[in-house]
Amino acid sequence: MSELTYLEAIRDGIREVMKEDERVFLIGEDIGLYGGSFGLTNGLFAEFGAERVRDTPISEAAIIGASAGAAVTGMRPILEIMFSDFTACGMDQLLNQAAKIRYMFGGKAKVPMVLRTASGGGAGFGPHHSQSWEAIFAHIPGLKVVMPSCPYDAKGLLISAVRDNNPVIFLEHKVLYKNKKYAQEVPEGIYTIPLGKAEVKRQGKDLSIVASSYMVQKSLEAAEELSKQGIDCEVVDLRTIRPLDIDTVMASVEKTGKLLCVEEACSFGSFMGEVITQVIEKGFDYLDAPPIRIAGKNCPVPYSYILEQEMIPNVDRIKDGILKVLGKN
Amino acid sequence: MKECTVRECTIIKEKLTDLKEYKVADRFKDLKKEQKVEMLKRMFQIRYFEMEVEQFILKGQIYGTCHLYIGEEANAVGAMNAIRKNDWIVSHHRGHGHCIAKEADLKLMMAELIGKGNGYCKGKGGSMHIADMDTYNLGANGIVGGGMGVAVGASLTNKLKKNDGVVIGFIGDASTNNGIFHESLNLASVWDLPLIFYCENNQYGMSTPIIKSTRIKRISDRKASYNVKGVTIDGNNIVDVFNTVSHFAEVCRKGEGPVLIEALTYRQRGHSKHDSQVYRTKDEVEQWKEYDPIVRYREFLIESGIISEDEAKKIEEKAIEDIKAAAAFAEASPYPDLSELETDVYAD
Repeated sequence: MSELTYLEAIRDGIREVMKEDERVFLIGEDIGLYGGSFGLTNGLFAEFGAERVRDTPISEAAIIGASAGAAVTGMRPILEIMFSDFTACGMDQLLNQAAKIRYMFGGKAKVPMVLRTASGGGAGFGPHHSQSWEAIFAHIPGLKVVMPSCPYDAKGLLISAVRDNNPVIFLEHKVLYKNKKYAQEVPEGIYTIPLGKAEVKRQGKDLSIVASSYMVQKSLEAAEELSKQGIDCEVVDLRTIRPLDIDTVMASVEKTGKLLCVEEACSFGSFMGEVITQVIEKGFDYLDAPPIRIAGKNCPVPYSYILEQEMIPNVDRIKDGILKVLGKN
Repeated sequence: MKECTVRECTIIKEKLTDLKEYKVADRFKDLKKEQKVEMLKRMFQIRYFEMEVEQFILKGQIYGTCHLYIGEEANAVGAMNAIRKNDWIVSHHRGHGHCIAKEADLKLMMAELIGKGNGYCKGKGGSMHIADMDTYNLGANGIVGGGMGVAVGASLTNKLKKNDGVVIGFIGDASTNNGIFHESLNLASVWDLPLIFYCENNQYGMSTPIIKSTRIKRISDRKASYNVKGVTIDGNNIVDVFNTVSHFAEVCRKGEGPVLIEALTYRQRGHSKHDSQVYRTKDEVEQWKEYDPIVRYREFLIESGIISEDEAKKIEEKAIEDIKAAAAFAEASPYPDLSELETDVYAD
């Protein structure tokens, strides 16, 4: 057991599955000797060699397509798309090929691949390096979408994703990567966290906050601050958004009667819109107040620090949301 | 066999690659008679399969659309006979011929085309998505160029598993102007992958003649951009197709791939179910029919004394029988059970 950052935990998970399964290999831009844009694959090239840690040209479509082709013929690729925004360059290969191969072939093929990519804003990278596209991926039948919020979860979910027999989009939050504030004790060796299982990260009785990825951390901070005012929030970390563990969400809402969804993505057509819809469809009667979202503003992620901070939900906005649902502001 | 360099139609006046330059041997002549006959049988099967599909279209039983391979049969059959049964292929939207040449079950194909529950994809794919993992066929594709990345990946698997398999990615002329063509060929080249991109240049991307979409004279000239081997051949001459693919499959197996083969051919029918073909003349179609790949191969086999006229007739009749049986099977098959709708989205 040692204290690892989010990035180190993911790397540790990759190393474990590569040791465990010869079919696993890495493919992506600058992931070899250079170690990846964020340094996540540092050391893996030296450990596993150029055959299994494959640097590619800047060819997102070919990277994703080749991963799908390798997966369907018996390998288990982990591909890195440097920034989630760059998946746009390979969307046909992802949404039309990888995601649909199994269904189109009448269930006679499987496509076990993991697309790892750095998602989210808050790092000053501007409109092409900061987006949160989970709703786009989660909308496509055939894809699974994982959004870990902390190092322990990230490693366990990564291992599960690689062992899964489907294309999995593994959205890593770039602000979490190296932030020591969120470092955690992470067990050595293999352990797994099942895909499609949410976790209650904070127990509470007054209101349910549903979030994923970095927004879980911000929600926990908001909950902690409001606890000083006697407000007791529950925080549900979805961990994977597809499959969606709506049962855990419902159980929490049934307990608290109030729901606040927090997400970094633009609110229009967002994933939390799906969560709220399902809660209303399944348990309208549990709700004592209208559920709301605290989400990204409906614009591209801007560059300038003050603009970016305004675009992305922060602890204060989450606190305001909590008070609003509780009817206290 | 009629030489195709004398063709007057469309742009096919340029000379083909001199295969001697690549030391492409005539391996066809060493094939056993059975395989030569088998190749004719498969060509007939494809032709009559597609003609039966036309009948289904006329009867209103093809829901949606499909794309017929009539006139291009030498490519699929010649290429497939030049590789092993366990070599993967990836096909495109005009994929029925590849499927049949890869020895797919005609009955399951026809059932899929008319949307039956026992078809290859349980009625979930249709014409543009028939795949058959058992015959190492990674499927047709509804996206032009869409299968190219998958072909790169399949050949990467061969390399990583250190086997000597080769992959053929069948593509069309129009796909070579899509970004994935460049990315795939470049990546395959950088990694020396055992991959043949076999480009069936049937002269049109839907209605757009290749001459209007592409300024280079030969698609195989694009080999220069990737520093790979590339040739242009007569895709209506199955002997050339067989010999060329045999040669370059060996090249790939030795680790000297990938390869870009351009095969000049012609789609005798419209692009899809709905096509008034305003973009070409009847004369042009008729001229190309003089170089019909099946007529040419049939004549070649008879003239070379490999089969008799009578044998040729029997092969053709047997193919017609096979297709009739497939059609009858498909018609008698049940439609999908609605409980199947949301299955097969995810693997366990």
